[in-house]
Amino acid sequence: MDLIDRSATVRENFHQAKWDEPIIFELDTPGERGIRVPEAEPEIRAALGQNDLPDALRRKTPPALPEIAQPRVLRHYMRLSQETLGADVNIEIGQGTCTVKYSPKINELLARQPQITALHPLQPEETVQGILEIFYKTDCFLREFSGLDRFTFQPGGGSQGILTMASVVRAYFEEKGEAEQRDEIITTIYSHPSDAAAPAVKGYKIIHIGPDKDGYPDIEAFKAAVGPKTAGFFVANPEDTGVYNPRIREFTGLVHAHGGLCGYDQANANGLLGITRAREAGFDLCFFNLHKSFSTPHGCGGPACGATGATTALEPFLPGPLINKADRAGKAWYCFDRSYRQDKRSIGKVRSWYGVAPVVLKAYAWIMSLGAEGLYEVAKVAVLNNNYLFKKLMEIPCVDAPYIPGRQRVEQVRYTIEKLAADTGVTSGDIQRRMMDFGMHYWTSHHPYHIPEPITLEPTETPSKKDLDEYIETLKHVFREAYETPEVIKTAPHRSVCHQVDASPSDDPERWAVTWRAYLRKTGRGKPGQSPA
Amino acid sequence: MAVNGVNNHPYIPNSAPGVRAEILRELGLSSLEDLHEEIPGFLKLDRKLDLPEAMASELELKRHVTGLLSRNRHCEDVLSFLGGGCAQHYVPAVCDEINSRGEFLTAYGGEMYNDFGRFQALFEYQSLVGELVDMEVVNVPTMDGFQAAATSIRMACRMTGRQEVLVPDIMDPDKFMAIRNYCSPDIRLLRVGHDPETGRIDLNDLATKLSGNTAAVYFENPSFLGVLQTRAQEICAMARKAGAESIVAVDPISLGILAPPAQYGADITCGDLQPLGIHMNYGGGQSGFMATRDEERYVMEFPSRLFGIVPTCKPGEYGFDDVAYDRTSFGHHREHGKEYVGTQSALWGITAGVYLASMGPRGMEEVGRSILDKSGYARQVLNAIPGVRAPGFASPAFKEFVVDFTGTGKSVARINQALLDAEIFGGSDLFGDFPELGQTALYCVTEIHTKADIDRLADALGRIIAS
Repeated sequence: MDLIDRSATVRENFHQAKWDEPIIFELDTPGERGIRVPEAEPEIRAALGQNDLPDALRRKTPPALPEIAQPRVLRHYMRLSQETLGADVNIEIGQGTCTVKYSPKINELLARQPQITALHPLQPEETVQGILEIFYKTDCFLREFSGLDRFTFQPGGGSQGILTMASVVRAYFEEKGEAEQRDEIITTIYSHPSDAAAPAVKGYKIIHIGPDKDGYPDIEAFKAAVGPKTAGFFVANPEDTGVYNPRIREFTGLVHAHGGLCGYDQANANGLLGITRAREAGFDLCFFNLHKSFSTPHGCGGPACGATGATTALEPFLPGPLINKADRAGKAWYCFDRSYRQDKRSIGKVRSWYGVAPVVLKAYAWIMSLGAEGLYEVAKVAVLNNNYLFKKLMEIPCVDAPYIPGRQRVEQVRYTIEKLAADTGVTSGDIQRRMMDFGMHYWTSHHPYHIPEPITLEPTETPSKKDLDEYIETLKHVFREAYETPEVIKTAPHRSVCHQVDASPSDDPERWAVTWRAYLRKTGRGKPGQSPA
Repeated sequence: MAVNGVNNHPYIPNSAPGVRAEILRELGLSSLEDLHEEIPGFLKLDRKLDLPEAMASELELKRHVTGLLSRNRHCEDVLSFLGGGCAQHYVPAVCDEINSRGEFLTAYGGEMYNDFGRFQALFEYQSLVGELVDMEVVNVPTMDGFQAAATSIRMACRMTGRQEVLVPDIMDPDKFMAIRNYCSPDIRLLRVGHDPETGRIDLNDLATKLSGNTAAVYFENPSFLGVLQTRAQEICAMARKAGAESIVAVDPISLGILAPPAQYGADITCGDLQPLGIHMNYGGGQSGFMATRDEERYVMEFPSRLFGIVPTCKPGEYGFDDVAYDRTSFGHHREHGKEYVGTQSALWGITAGVYLASMGPRGMEEVGRSILDKSGYARQVLNAIPGVRAPGFASPAFKEFVVDFTGTGKSVARINQALLDAEIFGGSDLFGDFPELGQTALYCVTEIHTKADIDRLADALGRIIAS
């Protein structure tokens, strides 16, 4: 036998798992059961006699859920999981701004023990000292990372963290009697859309600051925007471009000089842990995404946590309850501070209970597995990896990245392949679909695109150099295809779970179908549970 | 001051000194210190972070965290009757198996062509909940039931152009606070009173407060205190007559036996998915859903992602896509989209889908019946204890009910402490939030409770009250 040649760096033989799985309703076999229910004992029924619901509230026809035996339910969802490119199975570089890093398995295992899964949030404090200590200590860690004074874990994601910051800002100015006057929040074009959208829910007018020629928020435009109407300034730094604004303290100083507050969107904090902090940059509020920088993981989009911090001055405005450490007979005692119920300054609640406890636990475990030196290494290697990828990609003629040429980026870069599009007619969206033929994520940008034909990549500290090189070689391969065989790209994907979709029903009320029953009705096939018309 | 990193950390491949040095050389840098050159010196932390020493090994980490967790008592160990929006139900093993799958756990915002399974699983979740609530549009889950209620209210206000919403005076005070925060400053919440005997919404007070300014009537069925609104149909009809939307929050595990609100006239159904195969997780298992009819005026007001089924260019193949994406803040209009969207609780949605697919119509009917019977039995045996009144309200109830201990001369706080000594978490004390109800507690009985569990509670209470 000859040696099998495995020298190729690009996975041309890759194919995603494709099970061609039916929709779950199509697996319906009347009479099958997926699980048995613990029913009431006969003695209970005998004791109760008649125990019926009022007729007006009784369901007359059972829900048309499918009837499927357990092995088929399991097989169905196992197959769907295999058709999902999670970070555990791919080189996760392509979801820029999302900080998709390795989520250690030990942390997941720890979070799935009944000592946390079977805790009820109203249990007496003496029975939850372990989890309360974890909340409290994680709060202390985040204080150290940010320089701020108190954190709440209630927000269920970064966007709800922004909503929390906007709510705190409004409550603060209501208390000062300035809420009517201060009705504007300033953000930047390259901050996350939620930095604009969430404050708008709280009634704020949004002022967007665009970039100057170097990609920094335009300070002249900013000076013109800040004034007596400014309630707050919400910004990411670095922004989505990966460019760090070195004059950030001038921005926050200007806002403070006009009486406003500053909220730091730290969704992009991964390259900054232990390097630079919110307080020194002049922020009054910030949030960290525990599902991103702290690895907990993303879960298809939650459950998650946008832990939100405040200075001492703003702490009374945070949602409650917060968790305190006290002394009881010489031992540490962790307890709730429920003053939010009475204190009119508090915004009250943004989410039920105290936040997603398993996520807080996993963040705690992750921090404890790294310590100060490990976190420094995380930040440094995330930036090292990014700048390596940046250098290698900028050597490709069709790739560019606007702003501060020759200078370092932090943990991500927004590139442009405008030249490739002009040369070949292949768009960044086309390249995205083709990268999936090699098992790679590839993200363009938030909308609307301010950089043409964008790509946003963020390697984090997770990939090895070999992984980075494979991603780079795959991109080069696809770019080469764009010049040589553009049809291959335009008709991609070819090795995905499915082929190009016809998206035309998605904006057509007559044809869109958000549920199986709507699909059956709109395609003239009757209702679930009925035989096809 | 230079800070040292670490070498060869298992989570950081490029912390291996050789390869790290190679990359640094490639970049023309001599050390990690040369990175972050764009950050001015005065903004750099000039010291090491003040953190505990890192755990030296995975084993050490496991021991440390397990040690902390061992200080918790949990509801598989202590008999619990706690509810109030988070309840202990049986979680089928398949639910945990699927939400532990690394592919789902570590996926995020990928496109349909590489996260196909995530799109299909969430489309199916929407479809399964659609059957449960008898509606055609269901969202990719939001944060929790609080957020689902708050967004339903904002949707109704946009649809009607009105700014006043009627909500019941009996509801979870925390939920009211979350809705109030989300709806301020532009939406006014008015509280509708209740009948003190039945605990149900006072229809006369509702009629007085309904007006041409009312955007929506929001109520819960069962209510926060477990009471069933037997006149729900009249409430929805009254709202409709006033030109308002009716929004009903449900406990989804009731809907195998309780009529879904769409069948008694509700326009928007919302609730929390936690009962459907999701562990309590100390309150971390909450996940919100909203459902409406398939009408453009509703669909276009959802802030959430809605995954739709579409054809592909290959005959016989399913594909999925975002429906009306530009209504969301991820679309082209940012803050001019509907509210905001972001990371919420998708994995719990997938889990609820696995639960509903496993339960099927019979399972949902049986679990509803089981809860109805067991909670009914618990009310019966508790009511037989001298001085105890259960239910506290003269109304049919589901899963949760008020137990009135006023007649025992003992406080709920004292009773619950004594129950804890007997390894029982008694129902949550309502005295702080609802002092007008006297010494009452909210008990929650589900399909996990056996007759022996309920009898044990009754025996313990009997002893405590007699002592």
